[in-house]
Order: sequence, then structure tokens, then C-alpha cells
Amino acid sequence: MDVSPVPERRRFINWFLGTSFGALVVSVLYPIARYVSPPHVPEPGTAQIEAGTTDDPEMREKGFKIVRFGADPVIVVRASETDYRAFSATCTHLDCIVGYQKDRNRIYCNCHGGSYDLTGRNVAGPPPRPLTPFKVNLVAKNNGPTTIVVSKA
Amino acid sequence: MSSIISWLDDRLGISAVREFMSHKTVPMHRFNVFYYLGGMTLFFFLIQVCTGVLLMLYYRPSADEAFESIEFLVTTVPFGWLVRSIHAWSANLMVFFAALHLISVYFLRSYRAPRELTWVSGVFLLFLILGFGFSGYLLPWNQLSFFATKVGTDIAGVVPGVGEWMLRFLRGGDRVTSATLSRFYGWHVAILPAITTTILLFHLALVQIKGMSVPSKAEDEAKTRTPMKFFPHFALRDLSGWIFALGVLAALAAMLPWELGEKADPFAPAYANIRPEWYYVFMFQTLKLVPGGEMMGIEYEAIPIMLFGLAGLLLMLVPFLDRGRGRIWSIAGVLGLMFVIVMTCWGYASLVPLYIVLLTILLLAVFAWMTRPAEATR
Repeated sequence: MDVSPVPERRRFINWFLGTSFGALVVSVLYPIARYVSPPHVPEPGTAQIEAGTTDDPEMREKGFKIVRFGADPVIVVRASETDYRAFSATCTHLDCIVGYQKDRNRIYCNCHGGSYDLTGRNVAGPPPRPLTPFKVNLVAKNNGPTTIVVSKA
Repeated sequence: MSSIISWLDDRLGISAVREFMSHKTVPMHRFNVFYYLGGMTLFFFLIQVCTGVLLMLYYRPSADEAFESIEFLVTTVPFGWLVRSIHAWSANLMVFFAALHLISVYFLRSYRAPRELTWVSGVFLLFLILGFGFSGYLLPWNQLSFFATKVGTDIAGVVPGVGEWMLRFLRGGDRVTSATLSRFYGWHVAILPAITTTILLFHLALVQIKGMSVPSKAEDEAKTRTPMKFFPHFALRDLSGWIFALGVLAALAAMLPWELGEKADPFAPAYANIRPEWYYVFMFQTLKLVPGGEMMGIEYEAIPIMLFGLAGLLLMLVPFLDRGRGRIWSIAGVLGLMFVIVMTCWGYASLVPLYIVLLTILLLAVFAWMTRPAEATR
């Protein structure tokens, strides 16, 4: 039988062209896939913020306030005259922003009805985890109102 | 005139198209009314394209300007309110008619061979329409759109494994920000329209190639009746429906203009009774009912989310799964539909959604009577 070198060569060319085409597709798709995945942008770390004063009318009336902690919302709740608590205001269920219901003494999310007690524990509804707590310090200034200072716990 | 036509015919082959059109017929039977639903969905899609292009002339996709640009559009631009309201109403009616179209095709089992690909492409088009709804919702950058996007993208993030990547891919970062708005705008006005147009042309071509499906229950009836010529008779009926729909759109836009709401504030709690658009309410209500907790690192809410995904996949594959045992699929369809209706009513804490379903059935019956085929002539 005459074993021609042609099939051998044909096979090589098929393999070569096939992998070259595959490499071409990958070299086009890879940058696109990377391009559409947003890069991680480093954010300036926030250690503590001032969340206003204890005589803030909004705080007195509603019993809570949402403040910026870096790029994230933090809820500061007035449990009593001298007891303020702060938690991440992002609901652990599906990322909505929670509020405080003064009359029912609970932190509540209007999106899916998740509720948390004043220790941040998820007590009813769909949230899977407690709210991340923050530390609150009340700093009295000379002759001035008391400042609420929120920092990472 | 005839010389121009023959000149064009030499170059474009119009006569072949005319020949095809003149032979195209529509079978006549008592389920004829369902043949108009796809065309009606197409009409609302065309309205979306026209009004969407007009909205682009004034809209500015950034967190600082989006809300203000729409405010300017609806308060100062002549007929801006009209264009925006028509776009919003037509979007809702498009979802409604696409769903109605899907439901009728499902229960008449028109997805059977050789129309499996028509069905698959149609379900895919419905998902694309929902994608349009979701991405377009964010664009006005109001409170409702902000929270809807936070929740919607977080739902994608719940999926184990790929969730986090999907969340960042959708949001263009870790949070819902101006970057998300740019992304959603790109999806809404470029990527989704490109994909939708391609698949829509495929879907329409398949309808032309395979012709209208005759439900098995109406096969005998269709044989005794003379089919209607598509051109001009059926096309004119389609057209009169479209003109009626345009009137309804104008009336809705004028009498119930779409609200703009309040500008999104990423540092304000979600307002009371916040709720997504009606076609997402059944999922929203389900998510409300699932209690919180984790099992082996998977949160409970991931379970209904993955089940909805699975249901969507099953829906798409129905023609390949239905092996002649139609009853099971009809029962599954009825149960699925009942689940959606009950959850929607529950989500709104009202029976209005049920009344709308009943009214739709009544209206379809009236239209079925109005467009009933002529008496048998053979």
C-alpha cells in the first residue's frame, strides 16, 4: 500500500488552522470578558465619622438618621436620651436601605418586610443575617451640644 | 410607474416577495383571535423603538443629571410628557401582550414540531423584554428605580458561584451608582435592541416559513373553511388592531401620565409599600415570604431565585419535553399561572390583578366573536 504523506500533512494543517482559529477567538473574547468586568477601585478607608449632634431635630423627631460612612449608609438610632446605636443601613436580605420605626421600636426594611431589633439582630422576615454593628461615642463639647461619633466596631 | 417597478424588480427581486405574499394565507377557525397577539406585541415594540429614540435626544445618563433631564423633558420640552408616557405605557402593554401571546401558544400547544425554534426564540424574546423593563426602570434615577435595581442586581448576586461576578458585572462596581446607570443605559439602548432585533427577525422569518399553527382541536374546522389571504385581508385586520392600540396608548398617556417620583437618594430608607412593576410582583411576593437563614453557605432566598431560573429554562424547553402528553403540561401551565395570579394579588393585597385577568378573558372572547371566520363555504 502506498502511504502518501499528504493525509499526514493535511492533518497537521487542519490541526494548525483549527488551533489558530481557536486562539484567534480566545484572543478576541478574553479582552472583552475582562473589559466588561469592572475593576476593583480602592476606596479611601473611613474609620469614623461625626453623625451630627444629639439635639438634631430630625434625630429627635424620627428617632433615627442615615449617615454616610464612606460610600455606605449607616443608620444611627436614638434608643434613649443617652443611648445611641449604629448599624450598617444595608438590609442583609437584598440590599435595600432600612429605616427605624419608632412606634414599634424596631429597624425595618420596607422592601421585603425584614425586621431587626435594636441590637441589629434579624428577628422577623427574610433577612438571613444581623446588621453589622458600628460603635457610637457621645462626645460632649465645651458648652456645645453632644456630638455623635460613629466608628467601626 | 411600471417601468420603475420593473427596474427595481430587476435589482431587488420584488416579484418573488409579491408572489410569496399573494400565496400566504391564514387558516380560519374559532381560535383565530390568538393570531393577533404576536402582531400586537410587535406593534408595541415598534412604538418603543420610535419613542425610545426620541427620548434619547434629551436624556442624560448620569446620576447627577438623569432625573433632572427627565424632569426637563416632561415639564418643558413640547410633548415630552407625551413621548415619555407613551414609552412607559407601551412598555407595560408590550410585556402584557407578549405574556398573553406566550400563554395562548402554550395552551394551544402551537410549539409542537416543526415550530420548536419559533417557541424557543419567542420565550427568549420575552426574557429580553423583561430585561428591557428592568434596565429601563433605572434610567429615570428615582427612588423606586434605585431600589428596584439594588434588589434586582442583588438577586443575581445570590446565585452561588457566579453570583458575585454577575453582581459586579451588572452594577459596574460593588454598588448601584452612576456607573450602573451608564451600564444599564448601554444595555437598554444598544445591546438589548441589537440582540432583540436579530432574534425578532429570526422569529418572524420562522413564522413566515412554517405558517400559522392550527391547534389540534381546530384542525377539522380549519379544513372546512376557506383560509384568509394574509395580504391584504389579514394584514388589514392586524392594522386596524394597531390603530386601535395607538388610540388606547394616546388615551392612557394623556389621562394617566407616568409618574416621575422623587430623585434617588442612596442615603434614604426605602419608602413604605415600595413594589416593583406588576410583572415582577409575583417574584417579589415570593421573596417576601421566604424566611431568613443560611444552609451550608447558601441563603434561603437563593432557593426561590434558582427555582424561578429553572422554571424559565423549563418553559423554554417545553417543545422538547412535551412528548405528546399534553395534559400534564396543560395542568402544569394552569398551576403556574395560578401561582403567578395568587402571588400578584397577595403582593398588591388586592383582587384587582384577578379582575384584570378575568376582564382580559372577556375581551378576548368579544374579539374572538368580532373576528370570527366567515361561514363555511366548502
